Amino acid sequence: MKFTEQVSNSFVEETNERLAELEATLLDLESEPSNVDLVAKAFRALHTIKGASAMFGFDSVASFTHELETVFDEIRNGRLSVTQPLIGLALECRDLIRRLLSGDEDSCHADRTRLIQALRAFQPVDGQPPSAPAKKEDLFGTRPPPERTYRILFRPKPELFHNGTNPLGLLNELAEMGSTQVVATTRTIPPLQDIDPESCYVAWDIIISTRKSMDDIRSVFIFVEDLCTLRIDLVDDGENQDADDYKKLGEILIERGDLTTEQLKACLSEQKRLGELLVERGIVSAEAIEAAVLEQQRVREARARRNTNGQCENATSVRVGAEKLDSLVDLVGELVIAQARLGQLAGMLGNTDLLNVAETMDRLAAELRDSTLSIRMVPIGTTFSRFNRLVRDLSADLGKEIDLQTEGAETELDKTVIERLGDPLIHLIRNSCDHGIESPEVREAAGKPRRGLVRLTAYHTGPNVFIEIHDDGAGLDANAIHSKAVERGLLAPEATPSHQDLFNLIFQPGFSTAKTLSNVSGRGVGMDVVKRSIDALRGSVEVQSTKGQGTTIRLRLPLTLAIIEGLMVTVGETRYVLPMSLVEECVELAREDVERSHGNNLATVRSELVPYLRLREWFSVPGEQPAIEQIVIVSVEGVRFGLVVDSVVGQHQTVIKTLGKMYRHTEGLSGATILGDGTVALIVDVSSLIKASSVAMQATS
Amino acid sequence: MPKRILIVDDSASILQVERLVLSEAGYEVVQATDGQDALAKLNGTPMHLVLTDLNMPRLDGIGLIRAIRTNPVHRLVPVVMVTTESKDAKKQEGKAAGATGWIVKPFTPEQLLAVVKKVIG
Repeated sequence: MKFTEQVSNSFVEETNERLAELEATLLDLESEPSNVDLVAKAFRALHTIKGASAMFGFDSVASFTHELETVFDEIRNGRLSVTQPLIGLALECRDLIRRLLSGDEDSCHADRTRLIQALRAFQPVDGQPPSAPAKKEDLFGTRPPPERTYRILFRPKPELFHNGTNPLGLLNELAEMGSTQVVATTRTIPPLQDIDPESCYVAWDIIISTRKSMDDIRSVFIFVEDLCTLRIDLVDDGENQDADDYKKLGEILIERGDLTTEQLKACLSEQKRLGELLVERGIVSAEAIEAAVLEQQRVREARARRNTNGQCENATSVRVGAEKLDSLVDLVGELVIAQARLGQLAGMLGNTDLLNVAETMDRLAAELRDSTLSIRMVPIGTTFSRFNRLVRDLSADLGKEIDLQTEGAETELDKTVIERLGDPLIHLIRNSCDHGIESPEVREAAGKPRRGLVRLTAYHTGPNVFIEIHDDGAGLDANAIHSKAVERGLLAPEATPSHQDLFNLIFQPGFSTAKTLSNVSGRGVGMDVVKRSIDALRGSVEVQSTKGQGTTIRLRLPLTLAIIEGLMVTVGETRYVLPMSLVEECVELAREDVERSHGNNLATVRSELVPYLRLREWFSVPGEQPAIEQIVIVSVEGVRFGLVVDSVVGQHQTVIKTLGKMYRHTEGLSGATILGDGTVALIVDVSSLIKASSVAMQATS
Repeated sequence: MPKRILIVDDSASILQVERLVLSEAGYEVVQATDGQDALAKLNGTPMHLVLTDLNMPRLDGIGLIRAIRTNPVHRLVPVVMVTTESKDAKKQEGKAAGATGWIVKPFTPEQLLAVVKKVIG
């Protein structure tokens, strides 16, 4: 019987996950070298990887991992201490294991030999034999549901031993599942001369508090279920309840089947302690009373504990495929659209009953939409944690000393946004380390601490999420940027723009080339690429810098890509949606104003000249424009621009539908949405429209 | 005195994995390549546990379990079956034959040790 390829693929996947955990553990260990728990964790991870690799035939992985594991065994036994070079080496080994896993063994050979030698150099030379592996620890670190308490009545038949079962093993397994209290019923054991050594005479009552389910408990007994009578009852469900509220002794005994109601009543009429009385009269065994009292105590304690701890943690999660979620979001979008149609129809028909239903539907659809979109939100922390390694490696490569600080890791963003944010963030952090932070010597000379700091911050404001990448480095050099911009033809030599305007030039496509990397003391490499990625996410980038004190790049991103808050306008018969985040104001454009500007397409808005563009002309909408048109003033990257439309309908929240293949690259449009009456409105891509129109204007002038 | 475990499987790689894991955990390991072989090994030395594959030539795992349970000397030895399927039918068959427990392949070393520990401590 051979393991299939699928099995070994899943092994590779699992091991890669373990390696990622190992990396995090090693990095943690670097900052807390004496934390024995972390050492044990790293050791366990290595041990598991080794064992599993051997099982699945990855012998080279297993043998190499063994070398690293041996070193961690030494650390664990206190014969070796954690140092920075050791962690560096361990990280390198981790990377090699990953490469070995991918099956690329030949190319790893040299590294492998070198690393093994380096590892052996760490091992003590006294030739002491490695100690026996320590006792197994719990390797399954899951975060399960709340703790519940069960009562298990386990009454084996005499034949229990006949399939080789050791009941102690079962009890031990239960003990591993949670905290147990066991009462053995031994009065069924016959006198010695009557005992058959191959028969089981003992029965057990077990009270267990565990996070496992009843099925999990039952599965412990699966091989003996025919050889015993087994009864499992949930006696405390883990919800908050009053501690004193739990059943009285008599009730428990009746539930257990030890006592009938009549017997209870008879005994209660005597003014004596129930337990003593029952035993005295031989109605219930002392063991049963003991078990019932234990149960009562256990549940009361558990409830009291929960009450003092306040809320019981109930956080469970379900893993769902991303495509399922996407289709859910899509369907909810359709539902919202259909709902809008229903609302419109109901309004037209004026039927009160129908209107009521439509209103309820409207509310439900909105709630459904919000909660569906919230499912897609994930904390940005997972992305942040990748950067620890990046900064660590970069500082080693660059010979700098850099710390990475992260804040707001719990900030939530749409999964798609987070995925597409990874590369731009890596780029920005690399820039901060490479060009922002100075070398330790330069920093000391400037009176700064030797260690540089890169800070990554995320926070929410309204419909946006902001991410800031701050470094306390040298800051941007305005003069250098000025001369570079002039050289690149981005700036007239005599121009004297503000520092802010100068800084914004670094996002210009023509600004940076690989050569500027070492010439300009600021940054600039590939900033246009970053900007383009962020634009594609409907976000924006801003830079702030103070010479000698550092630079902050601020990214503004929408919470989600699926919904857009828009302003609906009409041109002729067609409706368009403009992204609300860009709209500043709407003003009238009278025919006289147009005539006064002599065809220059400039309007005076609050005594400022604003260039404008007629959507009617741009999209070639047929028909005559009305006498009074509206200008929607939008602001893109601090520049005001007017879009002339026939009329403004109002604010409109829409679910974005992508355009078909044929139209996907249409300039000035980013998508479409279906309106309540079933017609389509086009979503205007304002920034690309402005760009395209200014190119067109320059071409004609 | 280390506890002795008989591992039975017709696949050399599985035997290798089991041997590695069990001997590392301090058990004494004896191996057999099918049910017949296992019965022969069992007759020479008392075992604390038998860990057996189900599909094997000559005498399969179920047959081995039945043979063990009817053997006057070894009938109480715990037998854990190693199976590739987690289907109930196979489990029930093994249970009816007198198996003490089972483990599903593929397993991690930890899982194997947990099962072994559960049965023989």
